[in-house]
Amino acid sequence: MLSRTADHLYWMARYIERAENMARMLEVTYRMSLVQNAAQSEAALWVPLLHISDTVKEFHANYDEVSARNVIYYIAFDERNLSSIYSCLRAARENAHAVRVAMSSEMWENINSLWLEFQQMDEKLIMDHGLSEFCDWVKSRSHLFRGVTYGTMLRDDGFRFTRLGGFIERADDMARLLDVKYHLLLPSTADVGGAVDYYEWSALLRSASAYEAYLKVYRDAVMPLRVAELLVLRQDMPRSLHACMNELTIILEQLTGNAGNECKRLAGEMYSGLRYGRMEDIFRNGLHEFLEAFLRQNNGLGVEIQRTYLNAPSTKEAGDKEPNAKASETKELSVKSSDANEQKPALAQSQS
Amino acid sequence: MADINYKNIKLNAFDESFDAKQGVRSVYAPYAKWLASKEFSQLAQKSRDAELLFRRVGITFAVYGEDEGAERLIPFDVIPRILAASEWKKLSEGACQRVRALNMFLNDIYHSQDIIKAGIMPASILNNEMYRPEMQGVDVPGDVYAHIAGIDIVRTEADSFYVLEDNLRTPSGVSYMLEDRRMMMRLFPELFRHYPIAPVEHYPQLLLENLRAVAPRGANDPTVVLMTPGAYNSAYFEHAFLAQQMGIELVEGRDMFVKDNAVFMRTTEGPKKIDVIYRRIDDDFIDPLAFRKDSMLGVPGLVSVYRNGGVALANAIGTGVADDKATYTYVPDMIRFYLGEEPILSNVPTYKLSIEDDRKYVLANLEKLVVKEVQGSGGYGMLVGPTSSKAQVEEFRLRIIADPDNYIAQPTLALSTCPTMVKEGVAPRHVDLRPYVLTGKTTTVVPGALCRVAMNEGSLVVNSSQGGGTKDTWVLQC
Repeated sequence: MLSRTADHLYWMARYIERAENMARMLEVTYRMSLVQNAAQSEAALWVPLLHISDTVKEFHANYDEVSARNVIYYIAFDERNLSSIYSCLRAARENAHAVRVAMSSEMWENINSLWLEFQQMDEKLIMDHGLSEFCDWVKSRSHLFRGVTYGTMLRDDGFRFTRLGGFIERADDMARLLDVKYHLLLPSTADVGGAVDYYEWSALLRSASAYEAYLKVYRDAVMPLRVAELLVLRQDMPRSLHACMNELTIILEQLTGNAGNECKRLAGEMYSGLRYGRMEDIFRNGLHEFLEAFLRQNNGLGVEIQRTYLNAPSTKEAGDKEPNAKASETKELSVKSSDANEQKPALAQSQS
Repeated sequence: MADINYKNIKLNAFDESFDAKQGVRSVYAPYAKWLASKEFSQLAQKSRDAELLFRRVGITFAVYGEDEGAERLIPFDVIPRILAASEWKKLSEGACQRVRALNMFLNDIYHSQDIIKAGIMPASILNNEMYRPEMQGVDVPGDVYAHIAGIDIVRTEADSFYVLEDNLRTPSGVSYMLEDRRMMMRLFPELFRHYPIAPVEHYPQLLLENLRAVAPRGANDPTVVLMTPGAYNSAYFEHAFLAQQMGIELVEGRDMFVKDNAVFMRTTEGPKKIDVIYRRIDDDFIDPLAFRKDSMLGVPGLVSVYRNGGVALANAIGTGVADDKATYTYVPDMIRFYLGEEPILSNVPTYKLSIEDDRKYVLANLEKLVVKEVQGSGGYGMLVGPTSSKAQVEEFRLRIIADPDNYIAQPTLALSTCPTMVKEGVAPRHVDLRPYVLTGKTTTVVPGALCRVAMNEGSLVVNSSQGGGTKDTWVLQC
């Protein structure tokens, strides 16, 4: 398929997934803020959201203080925040608009009406009363879009690039979320324990739709090591890093053509680490270090997919002498193509 | 109750549905009966349903000069334009005849130029801005230049149809013909039982067949693509829609490159050779090496591959010389010259402001005439004398005097009206008609057309960029 088409599909899916994950984290933080906790300031509760999306600096450039209201607005609606739910949904819709031919008409209508609905929303009303409903709406629109994709899209490479984008993004978001909360998950540090931690662990699980799954799998109290295990190593947990890498390796193998050996190698390497890794070893070497390495590798995989499939012809004889080699110049005209699309820096800067 | 008896409305032109003496015309009789059984509010509800559906599907167009990315809906009118089989026979034969002659003219003007040698057209046509010397002596597959032509036709009396202009470059609007039909079938399925309406849904397949038929020799299973300037183009919806309906790739200039006298597109599996490009981008922007050097939308080297026969373009480069408003006046002569036939459809009498007598007459009668820029389109840069203010007329007078060659003038035709749903009820509004004529191995037209309607009372400007709407056009099979 056309490289540019693949590029738009891939990024469309990434942005939808990113919007969903921002909504998940926003909702969980909001719920935690409803529990009285004298030990934790408002800023301490809300600042992790900014770390996850790597927008601390940009936030402070635009706002005076880290208040609940400011952060909620910044994460949900602020156009200046390129990772805000608003920006993600707009970018997803723009990418879809550019390649509406490549998807089923149901998919296009779905993403278009999502955007139209979003534009009709009353921001003030949501900020005052309806944040949970709003986050639910984002999640359910993302679920709906995934379902429509699964139920109507031709199983061609377009389908595969769409899913590829979704899983790369989900792996990235999950690893960032875990990294910001990693200190919570460290076993037996001095300040761990008590009701507050329990609440934070379960909130983390809920943000990944994993709370019920945890109870079902472990039939036991919520313990940090198991929380980490569930979200990193369990293959049957659909938002775990292991599950994401499992899907990615399968999809990469299914792509037509012989390009992409390096993509497959990178994904396979990451997959086997998760497939055969042990939580005890990960903790011994440091969960934070593990997650940092994972994010770096996942980003490397994204770059390689971009280079191999999405940007340019992949065979040498075509790439060398073509008169149109200055692709980078023409790119400025594009709607939202690769360069413009990647807005998160390569590696999450953890706050440790 | 809704009806088309136009109570208290004085008709100021031929109405498609209603005659002051005889009442509802026979083609509209079953429709009028059906309409009479509906409340106006029901119709208004259908109209709102349609708007919602169009918006959800994203059948929008961008308006130049407004906010970037602003998308607007073209108003859709729920009352169809209905044409009798005999009327369509004349229209379709006339339109095909015109396109056959225009294709022969294009082939002639880029080769032996017999029409000039025969003294029928002046040699000055070769100085026309839209004449492309690059195409001189270039053979195109099947000698077809205008593969897709949109012929704008208006009606003034029961038997008087006039061709307003021929669109031979990148005519747009056919997606509305198809989507309006789909919408009507969805909103009013019962009406389709009352009427033997000719289907139009096969247009994309017919187009694809025609495009495949003009592939360069040697391409057994030709790869056809649709080339768009991109998602911000005003007709992007249509480009995407047609590509999807034909099952072909929708490409932009940056998706393609030239190598070894062939055009390739970049795919995830590597480069893929392209045989036919249905391009919806103007000549000027198609290749920065051949035409405008600042074009970022084109493919460098494309025109040279084209001239060497390595790829086919639809429409061909240089068709603009044949749909120029100054060339328009010669089309009846072309039909006689190339086909040896009498034109089935008439031209609107046209004054060329470069000719002194014509200019004198036009300047003395500006308030009665329509004045157009020779190369204008989309309803921009035109003066409709009878509906313009004194100041507008005077402003145009100065423009004409400054550059007379740039303008033509025509009498203001009383365009026919068609019942249309407006706020107050059902009222007559002026309409035109654009059938799409396809040429591959033969020249054909699907039985349908884009019908544009001027939504404002008394307005004669039907262009979508000027607030015009569309209607479904029903061609009756018997």
